[in-house]
Order: sequence, then C-alpha cells, then structure tokens
Amino acid sequence: MNVLCLVELDDAGVTDASLRALTFARSLVTGGAPGDPGGGRPVLAAVAFGPADRVPASLLGRYGVTEAYVIEPATLDGYAPQAWARSLEGLLGVTLAAAVVAAGTDCGSEVLAHLGALTGQPMAANCIAASRAADGTLAVSRQRWAGLLIEDATLEGMPALLTVATDAVPPVPVDAAPVDAGAAGDTADPPVRVHEPDLDPADLRVRATVSAGREGGVSLATARVVVGGGRGVGGPDGFAPLEELASLLGGVVGVSRVVTSQGWRPHTQQVGQTGTKITPELYLACGISGAIQHMAGCGSARNIVVVNTDPSAPILSRADYAVIGDLAEVIPALVAALKDRR
Amino acid sequence: MEIAVCVKRVPQVGGRIVVTPDGQDVDTRMSGFAISPHEECAVEEAVQITERLGGTVSVLTLGPAEAADQLRDALALGAHRAVLLEAGGHAWGPAGTAAAIVAEVRRRSAEGPAYDLLLLGNEAADTGDYQVGIRVAHGLGWPCATGIKQLEVTGDAVRARREYRGHEETFEFGLPAVITVKEGINLPRYPSLPGRLRAKRAAVEQYQPQWQPEGLRTRGLRVPDQPRQQATVLGTGTDAVPALVRLLDELGILK
Amino acid sequence: MNDTPGRASAVIVGAGIVGNSLACHLARLGWRDLVLVDKGPMPNPGGSTGHASNFIFPIEYSKMMMELTRDSTEQYQELGVFTQSGGVEVARTQVRMDELRRRCTAAKAWGIPAEVISPAEVAKLVPYLDESVILGGAYFPTVGVVDSLRAGTLMREEAQRSGALQVVAGAEVLGIDTSGRGRNGRPKITSVRTTAGEIETSICVICCGVWSPRIARMAGARLPLTPIVHQMISVGPIALFAGTQGEITYPIVRDVDTNMYERQHGGDMEVGSYAHRPIIVPPDDIPSIEESALSPTELPFTADDFDPQLAEALELMPELLGDEKAGIRYAINGLISMTPDGHPLLGPAPEVDGLWSAAASWIKEGPGVGRVVAEWMSGQVPTVDVDEANVARFYPSQRTVAHVQARAREGFNKMYGIVHPAEQWESGRPVRVSPVYDRERELGAVFFETAGWERPYWYASNESLQERYAGRLMPRDAEWDARWWSPVINAEHLAMRDACGLVDLSAFAIFDVTGPSALDVVQSLAVAQLDVAPGRVVYTSLLDERGGFKADLTVMRLGRERFRVVTGGATGQADLAWFAEHLPADGTAALADQTSAQVTIGLWGPRARDVLQSVTRDDVSHAGFPFATCREVEIAGLSVLASRISYVGELGWELHVPVEQGGKLWDALWAAGTPHGLVPVGIGVYGTTGRLEKGYRAFGNELTADYTLVEAGMTRPKVKAQPFIGKEAYLAQRAEPPAAVLCTLTVDDHTPPSGPARYMLGGEPILSPAGERLVDAKGRPSYVTSAGSGPSVGRHLLLAYLPPAQASVGTRLQVECFGDAYPVTVAVAGATPLFDPDNARIRS
Repeated sequence: MNVLCLVELDDAGVTDASLRALTFARSLVTGGAPGDPGGGRPVLAAVAFGPADRVPASLLGRYGVTEAYVIEPATLDGYAPQAWARSLEGLLGVTLAAAVVAAGTDCGSEVLAHLGALTGQPMAANCIAASRAADGTLAVSRQRWAGLLIEDATLEGMPALLTVATDAVPPVPVDAAPVDAGAAGDTADPPVRVHEPDLDPADLRVRATVSAGREGGVSLATARVVVGGGRGVGGPDGFAPLEELASLLGGVVGVSRVVTSQGWRPHTQQVGQTGTKITPELYLACGISGAIQHMAGCGSARNIVVVNTDPSAPILSRADYAVIGDLAEVIPALVAALKDRR
Repeated sequence: MEIAVCVKRVPQVGGRIVVTPDGQDVDTRMSGFAISPHEECAVEEAVQITERLGGTVSVLTLGPAEAADQLRDALALGAHRAVLLEAGGHAWGPAGTAAAIVAEVRRRSAEGPAYDLLLLGNEAADTGDYQVGIRVAHGLGWPCATGIKQLEVTGDAVRARREYRGHEETFEFGLPAVITVKEGINLPRYPSLPGRLRAKRAAVEQYQPQWQPEGLRTRGLRVPDQPRQQATVLGTGTDAVPALVRLLDELGILK
Repeated sequence: MNDTPGRASAVIVGAGIVGNSLACHLARLGWRDLVLVDKGPMPNPGGSTGHASNFIFPIEYSKMMMELTRDSTEQYQELGVFTQSGGVEVARTQVRMDELRRRCTAAKAWGIPAEVISPAEVAKLVPYLDESVILGGAYFPTVGVVDSLRAGTLMREEAQRSGALQVVAGAEVLGIDTSGRGRNGRPKITSVRTTAGEIETSICVICCGVWSPRIARMAGARLPLTPIVHQMISVGPIALFAGTQGEITYPIVRDVDTNMYERQHGGDMEVGSYAHRPIIVPPDDIPSIEESALSPTELPFTADDFDPQLAEALELMPELLGDEKAGIRYAINGLISMTPDGHPLLGPAPEVDGLWSAAASWIKEGPGVGRVVAEWMSGQVPTVDVDEANVARFYPSQRTVAHVQARAREGFNKMYGIVHPAEQWESGRPVRVSPVYDRERELGAVFFETAGWERPYWYASNESLQERYAGRLMPRDAEWDARWWSPVINAEHLAMRDACGLVDLSAFAIFDVTGPSALDVVQSLAVAQLDVAPGRVVYTSLLDERGGFKADLTVMRLGRERFRVVTGGATGQADLAWFAEHLPADGTAALADQTSAQVTIGLWGPRARDVLQSVTRDDVSHAGFPFATCREVEIAGLSVLASRISYVGELGWELHVPVEQGGKLWDALWAAGTPHGLVPVGIGVYGTTGRLEKGYRAFGNELTADYTLVEAGMTRPKVKAQPFIGKEAYLAQRAEPPAAVLCTLTVDDHTPPSGPARYMLGGEPILSPAGERLVDAKGRPSYVTSAGSGPSVGRHLLLAYLPPAQASVGTRLQVECFGDAYPVTVAVAGATPLFDPDNARIRS
C-alpha cells in the first residue's frame, strides 16, 4: 500500500509533529509485490508546501520517504487549506496512495478534512495505531476525549485518511528503527518533484495572511501567560511581585477563590469553576494548593508550573514542573533574573 | 445577521472516563451533559455578534430528545431559536451530521431568513473528529475557516484569526460562511436567572434528518493505561530560578 | 510520597471537618501515633466539606444539636475562621410566622439571640429583598459563615505539629480487617488496609461522610446513612457585592417556605434548595475523584429539578437575582449525609469492637462532633450529651438500606419544614407490631412509632368515654396544640384511674444478664442495690462516669445468676450496647436479648386486682403479691411472669409472656376486665398524662447526662456499698446543694393576647415574672422538659429544672409559648407526686 503524508515545514526543517506523522505513515506502507504501484516498490510519498530548496530531502529519506513532492509558492503561495487539500487530491493519482496521513495539528486536521470532503471519503482523526485488516479495511485506534479514551474503529475508505495524534507516536528515523519495523528500509535521499496542482478558483477563497504580531489587550481568558496567586501569597500586599512577573511575561495575574473570598483581589481575577476558565500557554501557579474547583478553571493550560512550599500539594499531580519553595523568595528572584536577560 | 450555531450534547467527564461494560459507550450514569466547550464559545460569539449587528441566533443540535436540554442551555445564554435534529437512535458520523446540517440550512433558506453564518466548535469534546464544519462548508459551497480564536463580522464579510505555531493567521472572506471556533475566542457568559426561565418556556423546533452509514465505524472504546504525570521538580527555593528561566525559554514564553 | 506507618493507636478515615477535628482533639487528649487516611488530596479531599455552603444558624429544636452547633461555632471562632453575618428566616405564610415565633421562643430557651421582625425590618437588613413577598422574619444576629477547609487544615496541622498525627493523603481504604476475639464474641479491629500500605491498629474511626456506610461495611458494620443530593447554584457577579470586602457582608436569608436559602459568597450569591425531589445516591455509585468532573460529592446539576426554585428566588430578590449580567456560574447536585432521624452517628459501632463512627455530621456540628467522639474514645463522658446521636440507637431493621432511604426521602423536604414535635413518619411502617396489633386496629388504635414499633397512642373505641368525662378533658382549640393529640387520651386516663386499663407494652426492650458474674455486672452499672432476693423488682438509674444519667430501667432478679432488664424501646439498643460493653472478658456473664421473645401487657387501675384475681388461682392480694416483686402466675392456662410496679401511679402489674401467647393473655384479661370497666389505654396516658401527674421522670427528657440524681430528686437515703459507674461523682453530688431542682409546674392561664387557648408541648423557656430567662449556677437554662395534661388534677402540667431560688411550691413564674408569656406556678419542688402524693394507690 502506498501512503502519502503531508509534511509541514518550519525554520528547522520538518516539524516534530510531521516527523511523528511520517513515522506512523511508514508503518502503513506495505507491499512491493509485482503489479503494485511504484513499480513493485512500495511508496511513502511526502508532500510539502514551500520552496523546493527548503525541502530537507535527506531528513525525509531518513524517515523512509521514497519520493517527495513540493508545491512551490509560485503555484500556491501561503496557506490555503482547501487548495492544499486539492493539491493532495491531485497527488493521489500520481502516487497511487491508498492512504493519506497528516499530523493532527490545526493545519493537518483541516487539510485532511477538506480532502475528505473533496473525495467523499471518511477521515479518522488523532490516530495512534493502524493496521490493515484482511478485508482491506484499516483497523485504527484513535484518541477521543483529548486522549482520555481510545476508540478502536474500522476505517473503510479509498484513500484512507488519517491524522496522527501529536503525542502518541514518537518520531523514529528508519536507521534507528528495528529492522522489521518499517517496510521502506531505504534511507537514500528521495527525489523532490515539483507538483503543480490543478486548482479551482473556489479553492483559494480562504487563504491565510500570516503575521508574527500578537493581539493586544490581554484578558485573563485569552492571556498567553497567567501568573496565579493563592493563599500562599499571604495577603493583599503580596501580589506586587506577581504583577511584575506577569507584565514581564506579557501575561496577567489570576487568583484562587480563597483570595477573592478574603477580599485580597477583585472577583474578576478568579480562576476556577466559579471564575474564569483560562487556556494559556503557561500557567505559573504560586502558593496555590490546587483545589478541584480551581483545577477545573486552569486544567486547559498548556503548561502548568508550580511554585509551592508543600511538595505534596495536590496541584503537583496536575502540573508539569514545580519549584519547591516560598514564592515570596522565588518570584522576586525570577523577576530579577528575567530583567538581567534583557 | 442570521447565525446558526451547531452544538453537541456531550457528557461532562472528569480526568478518568468510565466505559460501559460492553465497551461501546461512555458510562454516563453519574455524568451530567453539556454543550461541548468550543461550541459554548461559538454560542457566545454568535450572541455577541447579534448584540452588535442585530439578527437571530439559531442553535442547532443533532442528538437524542434529551439534547433539548443543551438547546435550552444555549437559549438561556441568549440564543433566540432552537432546532433539534433528532438522531433517531442512530450512530451519526461526521459526514452524516454534516449532511443533516446542510439539509437544515437549505430548508431554512427555502422557508425563512437564510443563515448568513454558521458557527461550530473546532471539534467535539467526545468524538474529536475535526471535520463536520468543513464538510458542511463543502456541502453548501461556502468558505470555511477553522480553529478561530478571534472573529470580526461586518455586514457581508468576516475576518477570522487564529494562532498557529507562534504566528497569527488571518482569513478574510465573504458571507455566507462556516467558522469553527476554539475556546479562548471569548469568555462565555453564564446563564442569568431570567435567561434560564425564558429558555425553559421556549419552543424547540424538531426535524428528522436522514441517517446515512459512515466509513469510520466504532468497534469499541477503552481507557488508555498511562498514568497521569507528577510534576518534574526543577529545584528548591531560589536555587531553582536558573532552571525555571531555561524552562520558560524552552516553552517559548520569553520570545 | 507518603510514608505509611505500619502501626497506629487509631486510624481515622476521612479528612473532612470531622476527621480533622477528631485528630486534633485526640491529640489534645494525649493520644499519640494517630494516622489520618484519606483517598483524596489535602486540604480538600473531595468530600462534602469541600462544597459546603458553610453557614451556621445557631437555632435547633434539639438541645443536643444546638449544643454541638454552639461548641462548633466556638471552635471555629477560636480558629479565626468564623465571620458573623447575621441571618434571617423569612415567612411567606401565616403558619410560618407562627413557626418563627416558636423558633424565637426555642432560641430564648437556649439563650440564643433572636427576634421576630417586620417585613420592613427585614428589608433594612437585606436591602435587596422584596418585602412585599413576606409577612415578616426571624432575625438571628449570631449567624455566621466559616471556612471549614481552613479549620480542618489548622486542626490537622496542630495535631501534626504536636507529633501525634501522621497524615496519609491519596490513600484509599481497601479493607478493614477483624478477628473474632472481641467482647461478647464480637469481631475486633486488627488492621486497616490502604492503597498506601497496611496499618495495624485496634481502633478505626469512620469520618467518611457520604462514604461512611461503604467503609463501615468493610469491617462488617452497617451505618444507617445515605448520601442525598442538595442542589446549590452560585450566581454572579452581583453588582451590589462588587464593592464589598471579604466573603460576606449581608445577612444570610433562609426563605424557609420555599425550602431555599440565599447567601452572599464574595461577589456571588449562593442559592441552595431543599425543595427538589429527594435524589438518593447509594455510596457505591459515588464516582471516584478521577471520574468526577468537579469532585465526587459535586455531582452534575440537574437543572430541571431546580428550575421551579429559580422563579421563587427571583420573586424574593427580583433586582439582585434578575440582573441579566449575573450568571449561574456554578451549579451542583451536592451530596450530603442523611440519617433516618436526622441526627449524627456517633460512638462505638455495636457490631465490631474498636470500630467507631463519627459520621453524618454537617459543617455546623463538625468540630463539636470531633470533640465529643475524642472524649468518648478517651473514656471520658462527652461534654455534650450525645445520647440521641449514639450510633447504637438503631435496631437492625432501622439500619437496612430500604429503611434509611425511605426516611431520607421523607425527611429531605422537611429540612426547612414546620415539623411538629410529635410528628409521625409515614414511610417504612409498620415494621414491628405487637401480637395484639390486629385487635388494636379493630379498636381503632391510632399508632405512633417508637424504635420501629407501632404503639397505640389512643383508641377510637374510647371516644364514647368523652361524654362520661365531659368537662374534664381539657380540649385544645389551637390546631398546633391539638395536632397528634386527642382528648380521648384524657378520657382513657380518667377511665383508668376510675377502673382499670390494659396497656400494650410490646415495645419494651428486654434482655437477660446471666451467669456467675451476672450480679457483678448489674451491680457495677446500677445505682440501686441489686443484690436483692430473687423475685424482687428494682427501678434503678444507670450513670456515666461523671454522674450523669446513662439509662433508667427496671431489673427483675429472676434467680441467683439471672437478671431480667426491662427498658424503653427507644433506648433499648443503646442500653443493650452499654451492658455489652461492660460484660467481663472471661465470659462468666452473658447477655441475651429477649425483646422479640417476650411481650409485656400492663394492667393498672383500682380494679386491676379484681380483674387479675378473676383469671388466676394464684394469690395476688397485697400481702400475697407485694409491690416491687415479681413471680410466675397462671392465667388462662398460660404461665405469666407478673411484675408489680407502675409508671402511671396505679395498682397493677406488668405481665410478661412469650410473644406467641400475647394474644391469648390479652383476650383473657379483656374478657375478665369488661365487667370491671376495663378499657384499652394508649401510650398517651402511659407516657405522658399518667406519668406527669405522678412526676415520674423520663429518660431523654428529664434524665439526661446534663443533670444529676440529686437535681432530679431521685436520691435514696443510702448509697450502696458496692462500686458502680458514676459512684464517686454521685457521692460528690450528694455532698453539695443542687444547682437545680426538678419541679412540676401548673399553667395558671392559657389565654394568649388573641386567639384560642394555648397548651405547651415541651421545650419552652421558663421565665421570671419579669420575663427574664432563668439560668442556674451551672449556666443551664430552665425550660420545659415534659408537658401534658393532668386530667385527674385538672391542670396542664410542666416539668422543668429550676434554680433553687425559684424551686419552692407556690412560686409564680412564666412560660413562653409562640412568643407569648403565660403564668405558671410551682406545684411540686422535687419528686413528690401531684396526684396521690402518698402513693396509696400503688401500694393498695
């Protein structure tokens, strides 16, 4: 079975998520028998969008890619999800892929969903495993409930469309993999072919303008960084260092319910079930034990870092990183260190 | 502005989900149900748009009769009209769901003020299919943007923004259109007491869409056996500050 | 993470307010090597403490609950986590206004500040309340809110700091192991197994709130408790509260007619309800911490159940709650614990040695419960008399899931209800019936329930007697006073005093103490001398170590090594447990419960001897069968154990036969009695009118751990030489003048300022002629411990402990009832009966 994998490029080459997707896609590649597409040799095709000279052929080769396709800016500049999907649709005929794989990122999910709509085929999102069953269908396992549950399902589609959970499959190059793990055991650099998609004007109605800027007017709900303060702050006067840290990091201060109940801070700053639900990149929780109601408001933070004197505080079992110590010492020191960097 | 918001009734779960003994479903005996979180934001966004521009927010759901509860939840938040597409006991997949929504949009176009804008959540909390909005857009021939965290709607066009890998992507196109939104686009309001009482009295329109089989069929559900992590301790007291600074840098916070 | 100790002096399971308080008080009492286990994290492991609304109203009709609440409030204040806010109960109906007057009167009895106020006064305190919706309110200025999680943390940390306690958080109890070598053959605790390891211990205390039955069952014990849902929402932000500091500024409102409360919590208004359908969640169905969206005891809100309440809340606080910008930010079906009678479950579990319960306590009682159980575990008498909370008070049928659930369902909506002191349960009846139950039903018996037993309170068949005794029945025109009452009771009373009555006493608890050490056992517990000749009957009190009342009962010495104890059904289980606790470890005395084997039928009245003599060949003359003796007599071919004593002040006997012969005995007496004017007599006479005329004290009313034999006027000239529990304290009590004297008072005038005459039912405060509360030197207020008609003396009678200065015959005082004062006079100071003071009738 030939497989086509969407590869997202970044400054360093190929994104981590796409390397994981490639590793997953490689596991689906089977065959090599006479009559198979690709002249008897199984194909793992990669497709990328961008200048051809930015496609890291040798890296792709190390991940088992046998042929690479690139859609250059001259043909299709920037991100246009439906046009990207149209490009992949065009490559189906070229690669004779029976499955298309992408990372379960915003981009990968979106492009594959468009491809599903264009081809009328089903799509399985956030897969963690797949194998071909005797009847030609794919047995897939995929994440649901953000990974709290695994669904075992049958995917019947030609081509089969799958996105790969970004945290489920580690990126493994061919040379690091056990011999029988990947069918495409060849690590030669794949040829990079420029593909010119056949686009419909409607495909380009939606395209992204990319800018590096961030939105201003940071609110608690949308802040990228939230510095949290709880009972451990000690009183209304203890918040100044947290405020300073928050502004240094371009974020805002949030507090636990006890802080507002004590009247130390206004109720508008409360994070939690009865306050604001936050979704920052970083939640730096200082002196917060981690009551269930509080965690309900900050559980969606991408990274939770805790500063707490008590190593057995419940928030540590919900956090990614912790500093055991008094926030009254740690936070001013952190502020000083950050200022020194500037 | 005529806006339709598509919402889904999903169980409210904790950090661990219990599966029914036959492995086919989530055990909801002790669960409550709610609108999927991204869709809650979609409702809020729609209400805010009509507060600015006038118009009607219709809230649609495909689900069991009990999903009327979630429609009323949305009405309590300021939606004006509720439509229940009855699931009829079938397991609906993304393609069938999209087709049912497309049929409702067409029915509305034929009968009343047509929808200008369809809002959905980026993905449902339970199934996480990431595709209903896009399939609806294709079915209607409308433009579509997904994962949106900031939305500006003028009389006949939208500007939608999202963050992706540290950059901001902006999409601009005309109406009618489909937008799927993500949590963080706004802070959804809570239902007021008068809102809740109004919602309780409101009528819910009901339709029976045509079910179709799907190419992705569930065989079973199971709980993965990975334990939840304990925080990595960076150090103690101020000695940990250098490690903390390094971490913030690695997380891209110090850019 | 946790270093679980392998051994502990006691393992406390559950780190809610109760478990933390218990650990603290045990540590203060000198316990060491304590372990506190909870499956959740500190400081909020996910139980009911974590979601409690945390407010405390000091007023309770039950003295025990009031005292536990008072002690808890003081402990919260000492910990610095109490914020006084005041509280108002509002009335939307006239009956509720009456109830609020009754509550303020009860508050006065306990010395709790309270006053009935007008709608305008309510609105002044609570400016956002629409005064046009209410008729008035009751203001309790000492109401407040507490931070119960903080309180628990402070108490836990105190115990840890003193080195007495180790806390094992995040460890679930998997099993409680026992071995079969405890007292009386009961199993005994050996260890507690947790996910963090096994802890050897001989004592395990269950402080697990809604999980308690599940944990108790691991040790083989049944705790009659069920989790039930209490709905609560939090609405905010409230514009009015934006400028306020701290958690609460405005008084808490209880909108009792709609079964709701509204209380400020920071920027939000919390609205709670007891109005919705009872939603029971079996302990095994409570989700785990991981499975819970919020916490195990904050279950998903079922909006349909609450919706009707929204409109009522909106009506009361239209602008504040009607603000479209204020949203329902938090809404839960919170789990709380309920027991069949609404009281906590405290003390040693009757089934297993070393298993203790401190369950079914709410925030307002938590610290107090921790204190009393710690004292109890330390061999001390609890500072609050918690007899009504004794976990041993339930009979097996009352511990069944079906019974507990039925009563919880029925009791739930009464949480803010107007509950009459004599109000009867509807559910779970009948369970225990006498062998003559069908005969009683034919006679139109009106049954009241005690300890699961159906007891006739009066008989419709006696309605015809009302004509005979017209003018002496003291009828009650006020509906409240006449509820759960009938003038037929007074007619039965007079008929018994004129001729004789037949009383079904099947509900008596009866147990035998036998064996070589039987005498030692009963002697060690009883105040009275029990080393008496076989065939003697002795009425005796049992004391606790502090000399307070533990029980009162009669003991028949049936043989040298055989004593039969007869006690009330309501206290039977606890009394049985008290005896069981004091059996010798060497097995030389045994305890056998005869309650379900023996039936007791009472025959009393001036014609009782005539009736009995007509059905027996045995000599039942005064000389042949003296007072306070017992022996077998033959009646209608039955061998009957007859005991000549009386609780109604008449000549007569308790007649005991095996249950299956009860019908035959009843029929024989009935047939023989009819020519003598025998009538069936209910418990209304036996327990109230007959008793009060004779000044007989009742356990739980007059006889409580708070008062002494001296104060109750029950001392005998001599104290027996043998040791008994409480003897030292009793001797000390005798050496001092009493701080209070139990008196019988008569009500001189029943006329209120308006409306029909009022009759006190008990619990009312006794006031000086100037309207001041009477409080004795020990700080105990004077209140009515028992009240009822005295048909033979033609007065409504009240029993009350009075300070010695007031305790003299003829002293004029007042009693407050529903807010109005009525004149009363001390008729008897001490134990002299008002009726037949020489006891000529009993000894005739």
